Amino acid sequence: MTAVAIPHAARRRLAGWTPPQVTARALHVWRRNRDVYLNVWRSELIWPIVEPLVTLLALGLGLGTFVELESGQDYIDFVGPALIAVFSMWTATAECGWGSYTRMDSQGSFDAIIATPVSVDEVTTGEVIWGATRSLMGVFYIMVMVTIMGGIDSPMALLIFPLALVPGVMFSAISLAYTAIARSVSSLNYFFATYVTPQFWLSGAFFPLSELPGWVSVVAWFTPAYHVVRIYRALAAGDPQAEHLIDGLWIVVVAAVAYIIAITMMRRRLIK
Amino acid sequence: MTQMIAAEAQVSRKREEGIIIARDLVKRYGDFTAVNSISFSVHAGECFGLLGPNGAGKTTTIRMINCVSPVTGGILRVDGMDVGEAPREVKAILGVVPQEDNLDPELTVRQNLRAYTRYFDMEKEIAESRIDETLHLFQLYDRQHDRLDVLSGGMKRRLTIARGLLNQPRILVLDEPTTGLDPQARHMVWQKLRGLRSQGVTMLLTTHNMDEAAHLCDRIVIIDRGRIIEEGVPEALIEKHAGSDVIEVHLGDHDAAPVLHELLRHDGLNVERFEDILYIFPRREGDFDPKRIEEQVDRMVYRRANLEDVFLKLTGRGLAGE
Repeated sequence: MTAVAIPHAARRRLAGWTPPQVTARALHVWRRNRDVYLNVWRSELIWPIVEPLVTLLALGLGLGTFVELESGQDYIDFVGPALIAVFSMWTATAECGWGSYTRMDSQGSFDAIIATPVSVDEVTTGEVIWGATRSLMGVFYIMVMVTIMGGIDSPMALLIFPLALVPGVMFSAISLAYTAIARSVSSLNYFFATYVTPQFWLSGAFFPLSELPGWVSVVAWFTPAYHVVRIYRALAAGDPQAEHLIDGLWIVVVAAVAYIIAITMMRRRLIK
Repeated sequence: MTQMIAAEAQVSRKREEGIIIARDLVKRYGDFTAVNSISFSVHAGECFGLLGPNGAGKTTTIRMINCVSPVTGGILRVDGMDVGEAPREVKAILGVVPQEDNLDPELTVRQNLRAYTRYFDMEKEIAESRIDETLHLFQLYDRQHDRLDVLSGGMKRRLTIARGLLNQPRILVLDEPTTGLDPQARHMVWQKLRGLRSQGVTMLLTTHNMDEAAHLCDRIVIIDRGRIIEEGVPEALIEKHAGSDVIEVHLGDHDAAPVLHELLRHDGLNVERFEDILYIFPRREGDFDPKRIEEQVDRMVYRRANLEDVFLKLTGRGLAGE
């Protein structure tokens, strides 16, 4: 007797499920994306640099001079580290959204790769690692800018760089899981409009969520960027607390779950 | 010693049975049966053709051999290995040339090949020398640093085939290798494939171009609606289904009835009709005197029977019946 009735179709699907089979071949997929990036970096480099730079100038230094926070913190200290979080979310999400979709669909690159000894799971893994790599590059540019503008108060901020790999994996895996079920490149717009953009503005990066109705904070707690913002901000201020371990755990768990979902969805998409 | 003999016996058995063996192979998508219990075997060193109209199940069969589409039922073995159990090992000995070019458009010719050698875990030095070899063989060496967008369709096709050969596959699997190419490019690809065949590379190719099958294939099977409807050596199939000569009767605006009436008077004369053309397959000299219908038709063409006649005869009704 089972407590929960699982629909027949779902049970059949789950019955055939096997754990991810991943070897170092996943890195061949990463290398392929790197080769492409090194060919086209001139056009790829401009957005991840100009967009955060303009935002930092406009909000951090411009608007920020009119902002007085309850905590007495300078606005650039508040928004700077948070921008590292939300912009690197954008980079990872875009790479495993539009980027992966193009490779999967119009270029047929994934089909070409899985015709070789590289498996679907390794393609998914390589794509996620590549998305995380792109997001680390973003973290680096923005960290330099924020530091120059005086938004970093503690050398502890250097920890952001290695730690950023985990949120990078998380954002990439979530995005790739959606890409695997997207019907067309334009259906990615829904994902960006309903998930990425609200998260960008409303995850507490630009203003304390206590300013909004209470339910917003509750919703925000369930969004990935919220926790990343909190950790980066604490590290930049040199003031991490035990509660930030919860944020860290949240990110690790969601990253792992999103990765498994991405693997499963991508198998279903490519192996027919 | 006994072990060695047993191993040898196994190897020779494999060769006899075929390097690719499909037995009662089935592929279903929900309620739709794409491949409906087909059996065939491909022998080492031959060029084997999978022919059929669009939607017949050719590409689905190829995808199952490539281990990217799970088998619904039956047996499918490549070089003695089950495709479901050992996909990596199977894929390692296959060279795959897909129907649509899926080269990396943002990489150069050489970078495309290099990325591919990595997927096979090839050592760098071996990979580089094999890339050189392949580029020379396919006359792409001078274009090796060009980005893909400046290559012609024929060059891209050559590059796709070259890519499929990098791992020195035991079996080259080609899905409609010349579709969309102009005649010059097509003949160049055919010449390359004939060269590979003479070197003993086993080839499995799908096509709906009968000229291509006749040019390249040692043996063919014709598939229609997921089933094998005929198989054999091209010449023998032509002889069996079409004889040696064909008279094409182009009706134009003329009425078919009186012509058919005349033709029906000849006992056992084989006639097929597709749209406004009648195909007459006379078996013996004097079976039929064309002069008797000369006045009632647009024009008549006398030619040798070919594989296309066989194909149309066996699958034509399927297409026309839609």
